[in-house]
Amino acid sequence: MKLITAVIKPYRLDEVKAALQSFGVHGLTVTEASGYGRQRGHTEVYRGAEYTVDLVPKIRIEVLVEDDDADELINVLVKAARTGKIGDGKVWSIPVDTAVRVRTGERGPDAL
Amino acid sequence: MPDGFSAGDTAFVLISAALVMVMTPGLAFFYGGMVRAKSTLNMLAMSFLSLGIVSVLWVLYGYSLSFGPDAGAGLIGNLDFLGMRGIGLNDLTGSIPVTAFSAFQLMFAIITPALISGAIADRAKFAAWGLFVALWVTIVYFPVAHWVFFVDGGNGGWLGDRNGVIDFAGGTAVHINAGVAGLALCLVLGKRVGFKKDPMRPHSLPLVMLGSGLLWFGWFGFNAGSALAANGVAAMAVVNTQVATAAALVGWLIFEKLKHGAFTTLGAASGAVAGLVAITPACGSVSPLGAVAIGLIAGAVCAAAVSLKYRFGFDDSLDVVGVHAVGGAIGSLLIGLFATGGVGQTAKGLFYGGGLDQLGKQAMGVAVVAVYSFVLSWLLAKAIDKTVGFRVAEDVEVAGIDQAEHAESAYDFSAVGAGLARALLAPAASAPATAEPVATRTAEKAAEKTEVDA
Repeated sequence: MKLITAVIKPYRLDEVKAALQSFGVHGLTVTEASGYGRQRGHTEVYRGAEYTVDLVPKIRIEVLVEDDDADELINVLVKAARTGKIGDGKVWSIPVDTAVRVRTGERGPDAL
Repeated sequence: MPDGFSAGDTAFVLISAALVMVMTPGLAFFYGGMVRAKSTLNMLAMSFLSLGIVSVLWVLYGYSLSFGPDAGAGLIGNLDFLGMRGIGLNDLTGSIPVTAFSAFQLMFAIITPALISGAIADRAKFAAWGLFVALWVTIVYFPVAHWVFFVDGGNGGWLGDRNGVIDFAGGTAVHINAGVAGLALCLVLGKRVGFKKDPMRPHSLPLVMLGSGLLWFGWFGFNAGSALAANGVAAMAVVNTQVATAAALVGWLIFEKLKHGAFTTLGAASGAVAGLVAITPACGSVSPLGAVAIGLIAGAVCAAAVSLKYRFGFDDSLDVVGVHAVGGAIGSLLIGLFATGGVGQTAKGLFYGGGLDQLGKQAMGVAVVAVYSFVLSWLLAKAIDKTVGFRVAEDVEVAGIDQAEHAESAYDFSAVGAGLARALLAPAASAPATAEPVATRTAEKAAEKTEVDA
């Protein structure tokens, strides 16, 4: 199993959610996050004083999938999240040892 | 009522007094939105404290010192009206009861020290501030109001009545006076922790816009009410106030777009206030076209002036100097150029064939009030600092002055805070096994956030 984590622009959430649902993902976790990549946030001006705001609002999505689905799911996710402008975000995956459905105690792929 | 009484004038001045009163809460919000969330209440409270202290002192001796019969050379009123004694219901100032005039002038005395508070945002002990307000109005505002506003047929205040300095509604007595006192005070108190290093951006621009809107609204009472009659001069003052403010708003925005690349809402609000300040002394002596010129000049020059604090390294937190001292001086001096001689006063400015005479008088008024206010304010602040201490401890300032001085906070972030605290205290106990990575991350994020906040 793999844990796919995506940090994306907040307004792309609906697109990404729809794309993941049509791909067949049954569940996901969404958290509000903030951070920056190469673009380093933005600048605000107050009476001529400039402030650099490093941390910009982001959405973090986490999905557990079977190994075979991981690559394709990442492609689907990236396609849905992409706007082509700076700050689109990042997606990565890491291996997962165990997953358990709390209600039934099922383990492994059955728990997804 | 006695001969000469006008019900229309009285109604107008009483309503104007109420309009000027609302400027102080307006100012509180204007300033309150510009500070960081952790010290909003203190900013609001400093203005409200002025409402409390000055109103009481006004009745005790303020009115008498400002508008009592002259005690000599036009420098200060005598003590005939101590405790407002001897003022009957039928006594008139012009065509309105003395009490109506007194109520109107009281509102000026309240907002002037409140204006100063913006220079020392986030770092003054509240009790020391209260002491400063009480002493400052006594030794600075009441005398200066006498110099500028007390009219007694040539035997009144030495600047206005005896030497012909025009200050219709308080460019010198209110704005230069407060602006320069703000400079003195921020020099004595020193810079905020993190000045020029940490971002100290306004926590609520909507509050700033609300406050500046209330100021603009109340300012019609401030300026038009100063005619002390519901007449043509008052009407002209309303028009001049509106167009000068509008022009300054536009002037500030244009300057900003050219210099910094964006039209900011804080710039619009600040420009409006700069225009209001600049037209205050002039609104009873210039034409609407002159008012537009004064507004445009004030908007652009004040926008440039607010950066002075970075160049010279004094922490005038909310630009009291850049907006009130500079704006007040611009308005006062431009009377010397734009006074038409046909609105409320007969004095003519340079552009209307009056030569340089009036400009010289205006410059004297500006200089005298600026020097007097700076010296006395500095001495007063220094004396308070040496005795009771004027500035809060550094840890109090960093944590936010609201908690330490008022035992309150402006905003309740506890829903988030409580969740983070729980996650921090017992991540394993409160979270099921599968969710542990998430819980741990939350705890880490909380820990990071706490570090940043600290």
